[in-house]
Formats: sequence, structure tokens, C-alpha cells
Amino acid sequence: MQTERTASIRADELGFRVEAKALLERVRLHADQGQLVGLIGPNGAGKSTLLRAIAGVLRPQEGAVWLEGEELKTIPARDVAARMALVPQIAPYTHGFTARELVLMGRYPHLGRFQIEGPNDERIAREAMELTETDEFAERTLDTLSGGERQRVFVSRALAQQPRVLLLDEPTANLDVLHKLRVLDLVRQLVDEGLTAVAAIHDLGMAARYCDRLVLLSEGRVLADGTPAEVLAPDIIEAAFGVRSAVYPDPVTGSLVVSLIAPADENGSASAAGANGRSPHHNREAAASPATPGAATT
Amino acid sequence: MRQFRQAGISVRLAVGGVLLGGLVLLTSLISLSLGPVEIPAGHVAAVVLSFVGLDLAEVSRTEHLVIEQIRLPRILVGAFVGMALAVAGATMQGLFRNPMADPGIIGVSAGGALGAVIAIATGLTGLFFLALPSFAFVGAVAATFLVYGIAAVGGHFSMATLLLAGVAVNAFLGAVISAIIILLPDNEALREILFWLAGGLDSRAWEHVHISAPLIVGATVVILVRARDLNLLMLGDDEARALGVRVSLTRVALLGAAALATGAAVAVSGTIAFVGLVTPHILRLVLGPDHRVLIPLSALAGAVFVIVADTFARTIIQPAEFRVGVLTAFVGAPFFALLLIRNKRQAYAL
Repeated sequence: MQTERTASIRADELGFRVEAKALLERVRLHADQGQLVGLIGPNGAGKSTLLRAIAGVLRPQEGAVWLEGEELKTIPARDVAARMALVPQIAPYTHGFTARELVLMGRYPHLGRFQIEGPNDERIAREAMELTETDEFAERTLDTLSGGERQRVFVSRALAQQPRVLLLDEPTANLDVLHKLRVLDLVRQLVDEGLTAVAAIHDLGMAARYCDRLVLLSEGRVLADGTPAEVLAPDIIEAAFGVRSAVYPDPVTGSLVVSLIAPADENGSASAAGANGRSPHHNREAAASPATPGAATT
Repeated sequence: MRQFRQAGISVRLAVGGVLLGGLVLLTSLISLSLGPVEIPAGHVAAVVLSFVGLDLAEVSRTEHLVIEQIRLPRILVGAFVGMALAVAGATMQGLFRNPMADPGIIGVSAGGALGAVIAIATGLTGLFFLALPSFAFVGAVAATFLVYGIAAVGGHFSMATLLLAGVAVNAFLGAVISAIIILLPDNEALREILFWLAGGLDSRAWEHVHISAPLIVGATVVILVRARDLNLLMLGDDEARALGVRVSLTRVALLGAAALATGAAVAVSGTIAFVGLVTPHILRLVLGPDHRVLIPLSALAGAVFVIVADTFARTIIQPAEFRVGVLTAFVGAPFFALLLIRNKRQAYAL
């Protein structure tokens, strides 16, 4: 432990339960500076709960979160917000605030209690909106925007916070394919410039393509933690999701593709197709080869 | 209008502050000159200037006394009450994330009313001057504590429970008040109670200014300090926490300050309807939802609202007086309905 360099963000043996139900159990996760770590797992696995615990939004009963070597609960809330931003999964109801006003809220943690946003803050907000192409509807109230547009505004706000650690909960869930790529390209670019990011991503192919490491959660526990090639193995996917799959590098982009074949408990033709198809053999080759840029660096 | 909405915070504050501040002064001066004794504007100005040590013109002793001892304290009480109700209304609407929330939502008005009714029914009001305001204030604060206590039971505080607890306590206190009214043998006291419940500023004196103003100003300052946090709380607890707000502390401070301001207002004026609901609502349509603009300008607009309503209340059926609380609802409710119809789309967007 001591020889390991300080991670930007580290969750240590987190435990969180609501009444008798354990939502997180001894969860460990770390992200080093300049890493994009993807959180994957089935519905209810605890991805959002883990992100909220890391963000300090909820207090786990066990374990601790460390932000840049300091224990999170010892850091004043506003200092945390100046260093770490969270993009929520469901954009909350925004009560008539315009997109620009919402993005400017990202500047609050950097301002004194009675300080009003100045030209510098306006500039940072404008640039953040340009990056997500939301500047064209800056003066519209958020309730007049589509779900995907709102989601991009919330990404802008997180960027306006100028965080060193960025947490994203399903940032691309409501986005069309173009903006899915744009937002993840943007996060990847910021990470390459030194940002640390942890993102819950539903789409396994997208997670494999953009992330340096994947952490697979299932029923509140970490089932696998490693490079996309290590984590996205058919047996691991079956254990977590209950789905048989084939994993192979995309012939065009080179990143891993997860082909979902059928639910694992179904027998018959689907099973036979999986068994006599090329896929299982193909899998192992794919898992062994450094198929993604992320995997290549490790 | 649209461009004004998009202007910076300081621009909206400055323009709104100058306009509404000017209106507070203008309506106060007009109100000072109106009444059973008409006082010319020049004399009003002379008396007001004499308060700050400038003796420019001779004004009759009567006019001086009417202004200094009768009209000015009444206008000041009205201004502070309007300020308290509008600021508390804006705060509650933000905390409950609901533009229909009203300062009385957490039982504070009903508690104040019960306190006042007890003071009148037991005859204590005849014994000492401050019996009514003190009972009303204690009732208001006690009801707030009760509602908050119910919502915080078991350590899991929830705004939804707070709202429901407020409904329950309001209904219960209302029933107690009705029971007292029905069982009261004394007709004079009954009339006094109904009069008080309608809300009014008649014969308010400097004592009423002295007991209410410090509480109202103090509570408003507490809310102003946390106006920016209220913006984030409006988006949800998680959002607020992730952006550095200490949610529980901030919420208790805001709720407490809003209850204190409302309690102080109810103590000196009874229950004046609609000011707390309608004032922030109208301002939000013009200024947007940012509480750093909304709270201070609501304070000024609430003051104007009550000063104007009370001026009408004491002049339209001279020599008798109308009740200001009846008037605010009488004028405020249709105006509000009209506004909702005209701004249907924006109203929904709120």
C-alpha cells in the first residue's frame, strides 16, 4: 500500500446499507490521475450508489473515500466541490433556470459567499457550453430542452466547476449516437490532459472503447477490476449479467465488441448456436490481445 | 422584459432595487398624506424632513402628531410585515421546490392565530398591551417546532413529511380555533377574534415596530446570506451537496428564519393572506428564479404591496376601516388568477 502512488480518488472497503439490504459491500475502487475508469454492471448493482458515495453526496456506513490523499469527510464541502464534480444520471427539475444560469452554478464553489459571478466565470461557463455544443440554447430555460440537451447542459456545468476529478452517472444514457461519441470523446480528451474520471456506462462496447479500466459491480460487490480486455470476458459477463456473449475486436474501430447472444438460463437453439459458433474460441483470442488503446497502456 | 430577465444579477438587482425602493418611498409618502385628516404633500415632506433634523417649514402640531404617532408607525409595521411575508414566501417556495408554497405552509400562521385567539378569549389582551403579539408569536414558533419535529422523527428528515405534517397541524389548529369560537360566550371577544383573524394594521404603534422589525430584519439577513444555497437546494439535496452546500444546516437555518419572520409578522398584524404567495411568484416571472435577486426584491415588493393595500383599507370606506387582510386576498387572488391565465406557459414552466 505505501509504495503505491496516491490515487486521485480511492474508495476503501465501502459498505452502505439501507435497512437490511446491502447496496454496497466492501467495495474498493481507485482511479489515478489521467485515468478514465468505467463502472459497469446490471441494474441495481450499486453503480449510482457508489458514485454518490464517492461524490460525498451520501455517507457510507463503512469504509472511507480518499480524494487526492485526503479523507473526503475531513474536507469542507465547498472545497470538495471545487475539486470534484458529479454529473447526475437524471437531470433534476430546474424551476425556470436558463441553461447558462445552470452552468454558472458550477462556479459557486469557487466564489466567496457574497461574490457574484464575474466576466471570468462567464467566460469559463461559455467555453464549457461550447465544448458540449449547448451554447446555442444558453438563454432557454431547461424545461424547454430535450432530455439529451439537458444532460449535455449538466455535463457543461460539471466542466465549469473545473474539477480535477469528474464523476459521471450514465452521461450518455439519453444522447443520440452523435452526441454519445462527442461527449465521450470530450471526456477522453480531458482525461488525456490530466483529468481523472469515473463514469457509470451502460453500454459495454462504449465502456470498452473509452475507458482505461473497468470495474464491474454486481449486487453491491466488485466482481472484476481490470483492463477492458480482462473484465469483458464471456464468463465474467455471464456471472454478472446472466447473459451469454461473445467478445471480439471490432474490425473497424479495433475496440472490443460484446455480442449478446441469449440469457444464460435459456436452453435450446440459442444455446446450441452459441456452443457450435465460432464465438467462444474467438473470445479468448480477443481477451488476450491488447484490443483497445486503454488496454495497450497497461 | 425578456432582455431584463437575461441581464446580469447586479443589473437586475440595481434596476429592480431602485424601482421598488422608489415605490416604497412614494407609496409611503402618499399613504402619509391620506386619511381622515388630509395632509398636503408639502407638509408631509416637511414633517419627514424634520425627523432628520431639517426644519424647513412650519407644520401644525396636529399634522405633526398624526404623521408621527399614527400614520408612520402603521406604515412601517405594514412595510415590515409585507417584507417578512414575501421573503418567507420566496424561501418556502424554494425549499419546497414548489411555487405554490406559502409562508403558512409549516403551521406558523395557524399557530400564531391560535396564540392570539387564546389571548383574546382569556381576556389577557385587556390586562397588558403586548399580550396579543407575544401569545401570537409563541404560538407561531411552537407550531413550527411541532411540524418540524414530526418531519424529523427518527432522524430521517423529509420535506414531503414536513409538508404533510404542516397540513395536519394546520387542520388541527384550525379546528381548535373553531372550537374556541363556537364555545365562546362573550360576543365582544368573538368580534375581536374574527377581526384579528382577518388581519389588520389598525392602531399599530411604535411598540409594534420595535418588537417586529428586529426579528424580521434579522431573519431576512439570514436568508439573504444563504440565497445562493437556496438556488442549489431547489434542484435537490444531491445537487446541492455535490456543489458544496451543507444541506441539513442550511435547510434548518432557512426554515427557522422564514418561520421567525412569519411569526413576527403574524404577531403584529394577524394573518394577512396572499402577500407571501403572490409577491415572489410575480417577481419570479419577471426576474427569473435566482434567489440572490428574488429575495431582496421580494422584500421591497412585499412592503409596497402591504402599504398600498393598507392605504386602501383605511381610506375607501371612511370613516370606517376595511381589513387589510381581506383586501390583499380580494385583490390578490383575482390578479393572481389573471396572471396565471396570461402566463399559462411560463407558469407551468415554473
